[in-house]
Amino acid sequence: MDTTVAKTGTEGKTWGGGNRPLNASYGKLMMWFFIVSDALTFSGFIAAYGFSRFKFIDAWPIADEVFTHVPFLHGVPAPMYYVAFMTFILIFSSVTMVLAVDAGHKMQQRKVIWYMFFTIIGGAIFVGSQAWEWATFIKGDYGAVETKGGKILQFLDTDGNRVALAEFSEKLPTTRDIHVEQNGVWYEAEPTVTTYSYEEVKAGFLANENLLVRTQYYDDNGEPTVLTREESVAKILNDGKLVVEGANLRHNEYGHPLFADFFFFITGFHGFHVLTGVLINIIIFFNVVIGTYERRGSYEMVEKVGLYWHFVDLVWVFVFTFFYLV
Amino acid sequence: MAHEHKLAIFRGTLKFKSNIAKIWGVFVFLSIVTIIEVALGIIKPEFLTETRFLAMKLLNWVFIILTLVKAYYITWDFMHMRDEKSGLRRAVVWTGVFLICYLILILLIEGDYIFEVYKNNFIKFDF
Repeated sequence: MDTTVAKTGTEGKTWGGGNRPLNASYGKLMMWFFIVSDALTFSGFIAAYGFSRFKFIDAWPIADEVFTHVPFLHGVPAPMYYVAFMTFILIFSSVTMVLAVDAGHKMQQRKVIWYMFFTIIGGAIFVGSQAWEWATFIKGDYGAVETKGGKILQFLDTDGNRVALAEFSEKLPTTRDIHVEQNGVWYEAEPTVTTYSYEEVKAGFLANENLLVRTQYYDDNGEPTVLTREESVAKILNDGKLVVEGANLRHNEYGHPLFADFFFFITGFHGFHVLTGVLINIIIFFNVVIGTYERRGSYEMVEKVGLYWHFVDLVWVFVFTFFYLV
Repeated sequence: MAHEHKLAIFRGTLKFKSNIAKIWGVFVFLSIVTIIEVALGIIKPEFLTETRFLAMKLLNWVFIILTLVKAYYITWDFMHMRDEKSGLRRAVVWTGVFLICYLILILLIEGDYIFEVYKNNFIKFDF
């Protein structure tokens, strides 16, 4: 073969082959390519969130009032604490990951196994917490009324405390025909049935003199505007349309539906990254356990999956800031 | 795989004896920054929410700057960017920084413009 291959005279020089560009291996460099493109994807989402928020800057929900729950502490308003806990879990699993990479450089198989194990546990706790956070957000807590224009009206007592729909709604005798396919157009489904119908909420509101309505628009102090009793009654009678409990992609009892949309989309996409990260970590974990990298003589795969895992942590740092803090 | 790690952070003011010590040091630093963020988010000090700089509350600037600080240390020490060649560092960081800054700038200006249109013009969302 030697005679048929022309020598270029560049062997051993930078472009002569056998060199590693930027002193990084092929796999690591490709992981960096992926991370940069994924970072641009996430920044596209977060910038879109910023766009929508600036578009409705005078009516955007305050995260402190939305995410106030901590597991096992029912009814204790504790804004931020649970997300802070989630952040710590993720940062800590990043630490165990980088310790695994370090142990891998020193070819210490047992240490890599343990650190990878803790990383996987941390990731699982994080994904579970996020599922809980979603469930709480979907369930909602106080309930609200949506106007014909799609704006949210929340209820307060005269002391300024939030009041749940269940506390004042009246039970009216109603009969409801359940829509079945044979009685009409088969593809028309019933709208979601809420715990209280709009009529029941309205009757309860009119009967309780101490209830006020809060709109989603901010007043001059940056607080949501609270209407007087007369204005509240007029608003409910003229504009109210349906009862909203919790949040989904169309309605959101906390305020603008776009807030819920972006929350589901961005934290969902991030949660999906964490989930795949955990799965890849598990694969690598078992490879470490059966000694694949010990035989290969290099733990670089741990380093590559570590890069991905730290990136997931990095994205969460930004999601945390722009969803919960700013 | 004889990697040598750069063991100094904060521009060389804090030197660690081993890579593991550096990892824990960075973890402590990131935790402190996160605790500061959470504390500020709960307390919301008046002087930070009242003052505005470039149309944004001072508090939000503090949050964003602290986030970037955290991002720097995660990338530099956990993702070993500190040990990579400067060419790789720049390829990753500047690509992101330029494109993201441009996107954010243009989208936020547009969002603010649409807000003004809803607020001051004939299109109203008031029902």
